[in-house]
Amino acid sequence: MMADSGSSEEVAVIGNTDLTSTESENNIINTMVEKGTSLLRKMEINVAEAEKRTGKNTVNMQETYTVYLIETRPAETVPEGGTPAAPDTLWRRYSEFELLRTYLLVTYPYIIIPPLPEKRAEFVWHKLSADNLDPDFVERRRVGLENFLLRVASHSVLSNDEIFYRFLTEEKGWREMVLETGFQDKADSRLKSLSAMFRVKNPDKRFTALKHYSDELNTVISQLLRVRARVADRMYGVYKVHGNYGRVFSEWSAIEKEMGDGLQSAGHHMDTYAASIDDILEEEEHYADQLKEYLFYTDAVRSVCRKHELIQYELEMAAQDLAHKKQQKEELATGTVRVFSLKGMTSKLFGQESQEQRESRLAALEQSIQEGEEAVKEKNTECQEFVRTAWEDIERFKEQKDKDLREALISYAIMQISMCKKGIQVWSNAKECFNKIQKERTTDPRRRALSRASKAPWRRHWSDPTRKNAPAHRHTRPPDPPETSKPVNCPV
Amino acid sequence: MSGQTVPADFSGHMLDLDEDEDLEVFSKNTSLADGSPMPNSPSSMVNQYRLEEDEEEQQDANAKDIFVTVDNPESHVTAIETFIMYRVLTKTTRSEFDSSEYEVRRRYQDFLWLRSRLEENHPTLIVHPLPEKFVMKGMVERFNDDFIETRRRALHRFLNKISEHPILSCSQHFRVFLTAQELTSHKKQGPGFLSRMGETVRAVANSVRGLRSRPEEFTTMQEYVEDFSNKVCSVDKVTQRIIKEQREYLDEMRQYGPTYTQWAGSEEELAEPLKGVAGCVERCSKETEEQIHHLSEVLVPALHEYVLCAETLKAVMRRRDNIQAEFEAKNEALASRKVDQEALQEEVDALADRVELANNALKGDWSRWQSSMRTDLRSAFISTAEKNVEYYEKCLAVWESFLLSQRAEPSEQRDGEERLIPVMVGHHTSRHCDPNDQTYECLHNLHVHGQKFPLDSSSCCSSCCSSETLPLLWMENRMVAPSLMIVR
Repeated sequence: MMADSGSSEEVAVIGNTDLTSTESENNIINTMVEKGTSLLRKMEINVAEAEKRTGKNTVNMQETYTVYLIETRPAETVPEGGTPAAPDTLWRRYSEFELLRTYLLVTYPYIIIPPLPEKRAEFVWHKLSADNLDPDFVERRRVGLENFLLRVASHSVLSNDEIFYRFLTEEKGWREMVLETGFQDKADSRLKSLSAMFRVKNPDKRFTALKHYSDELNTVISQLLRVRARVADRMYGVYKVHGNYGRVFSEWSAIEKEMGDGLQSAGHHMDTYAASIDDILEEEEHYADQLKEYLFYTDAVRSVCRKHELIQYELEMAAQDLAHKKQQKEELATGTVRVFSLKGMTSKLFGQESQEQRESRLAALEQSIQEGEEAVKEKNTECQEFVRTAWEDIERFKEQKDKDLREALISYAIMQISMCKKGIQVWSNAKECFNKIQKERTTDPRRRALSRASKAPWRRHWSDPTRKNAPAHRHTRPPDPPETSKPVNCPV
Repeated sequence: MSGQTVPADFSGHMLDLDEDEDLEVFSKNTSLADGSPMPNSPSSMVNQYRLEEDEEEQQDANAKDIFVTVDNPESHVTAIETFIMYRVLTKTTRSEFDSSEYEVRRRYQDFLWLRSRLEENHPTLIVHPLPEKFVMKGMVERFNDDFIETRRRALHRFLNKISEHPILSCSQHFRVFLTAQELTSHKKQGPGFLSRMGETVRAVANSVRGLRSRPEEFTTMQEYVEDFSNKVCSVDKVTQRIIKEQREYLDEMRQYGPTYTQWAGSEEELAEPLKGVAGCVERCSKETEEQIHHLSEVLVPALHEYVLCAETLKAVMRRRDNIQAEFEAKNEALASRKVDQEALQEEVDALADRVELANNALKGDWSRWQSSMRTDLRSAFISTAEKNVEYYEKCLAVWESFLLSQRAEPSEQRDGEERLIPVMVGHHTSRHCDPNDQTYECLHNLHVHGQKFPLDSSSCCSSCCSSETLPLLWMENRMVAPSLMIVR
């Protein structure tokens, strides 16, 4: 059940899909490219920018929306000293991405279609706005859209789709092209089927297990994202309160002589500390986005399972229908009425029908049975094909998921490490500043006078004749200081 | 500020000293080595963390000859009331003490008595404050363990501050407090309730009257005290707020671990790293808890003490003003009246002396107090900063070990080209990576030094990683997708 983009001379040009690539370890390309589809070998894809536009919408009202610039460029290596060729570009808005995705969902129901970044910001912590036009949100969405395109482009099946290719290369007229494929009808029926309630008699255990797993994953990632948002909120609070130290220390330093410098500089470090949380949390958003991608993937997995259920159900229905017909035929042939039927009743009441009538009925049934058998065979093939292709994609997805999420966890750890390093830096600096308090030499003249006049006896050089005896240890009294100065207080 | 000369008679007036011997003690005790910071009193909580440093400083500094500890709180039940008795242990070589060791039991009221006597006898000296009677906030139960321990520490600090004070430590009340088995008899001596009342009335009257002219230095001092009080209160509040936020952060963090563990339950390959992360989060939670604890045990009490000190300072300034006001009042009376000038003159002269002594005492004690304040708060801040550094270092180690565990598996590798090179776990250092420049940052002890190593270096930062510690593998510089790039 390949794409309707059947016409494939052009598609064939894009080439065969070679799944294994021999990627040089020293190339820094994303792992999707490593897997290597011919599309990606042929072109680089970027979602480079985002821009605001205003225009009339479908109900003829002014609206502001964001468009994203898609850049494509032939992926040849650039010769030494040469500049890369200018990319082809076109603009797309989010709704067009949605259209593309719906098309793919309908056309490849056995494939786990990569998700789009969220339409509206969810799982936000308070500082992040939930506003779609907020620049940070737009930026993250840009990244998410690029990711989506790369995922599709690196998929062995999806990357060959013509509509997808045109999405990347033809700005005008793409929408009409998609609609012309007539996928909308399929979309409608698909929606209906997805929401339909039916029971499958012999569910495929693997798909059942997959559906459960997908639901579990959905639950746990949602929870994780919620907790993360709350933790982020709290962390933000802790860091920002430290900024108050900065302010107070600064004010305090103004009234202190000896402590002033130390307090002031420590205060600056507190300000730095407070400010550092913004970057930290922004980085964490990447991690949250990675989790969200897989959260949304669970929906795609679920719909593949659902589609399988539907096909299975249709197969069972067809088989059931066939069995029913066969039975009717048998009854008709043997004359026994096992199954109640109106015909049977009336013939009982009103007498047997004529031989001709029976034969014509038999013939009709025969025909119907044949058709039924065809239908069952078709459905069976469809089902088997679906299971085969779906399961292939599911295995691919599982591997991808394990790898990606593991990377995500690792990058989370790296983020934590970075955060700790910053913390160590700031507090070490602050400690140095605090250290300076009291150790500072001041220009206080009184202090200098004091230090001259009242040298404590054991500070005198051993050869000093006025020195009576050395202070041995803390339990003996120090000898008398000279008569002239008896300081009451300790040096300032 | 005349810190330089101490007239012997001044000390005579101000101290309840009977013998000259005490004078010696006083003068010797106070000559601290110049230039060295005030010795950290062993009693301060902070210094319990830094004992080694103290030893050295103590050698140089004042030869301390009296050591006091407060410990062993025990509940005492009588028919009328229940209260806590603390053991007060004294070790001393001072001659005015008959013995070299004393052990007595005292209750909070006894401390209150001691302090009020000290303040009475030395109205313009800065007597360290006592912990509050009860804590309004949070309705702490009087005999709650934490409360008792906090109070015990504060009482311990109080006695040590007194014992370090050159004048106050020679007070007979202090001596009695440390040595007498039964305090009640001693409590009855001294100016009675009525005379104290009289003083208060006079003080109020004088304050209503107002001061003629306060010497400028005391006005400066007053302003400083106001400002200091504000600042210290602010720092105290900020610290309390931080603790509150940290606690809430900790509560939320504690939900992380279980969620990751739950996830691990439905995964196969991913289960191990997920459990690893869960473990890391849990360990970091523990460290956070400890950090909060440290804040509450070290910084908060220190700040709180100086909040109370600020109030003490204000009281001292008021008392000094009153002494001056009293003199001015009598002086005016002298100027106006003709009758009995001689007698009045004597009184006025005495009051004038009293003013001078009070001023000198305050001036002398002032810089001592300031230095002490700086030392104490510096210690508390340093300790806090150190603890925070330690906290982040521990968390760093936790996450680093996780990273290493993730790389230590000889797992499915691309083309079997996994390389085992002893090196530091690192990550790529530039955003727009140049494929030819693959440098990694040495993560281990990065706060000490961060060094970069080229991809195929087989040597590593030997100063911070010993070969026996960990089997290390390269962290390959792999990106999942440009959009998922780890930006450094």
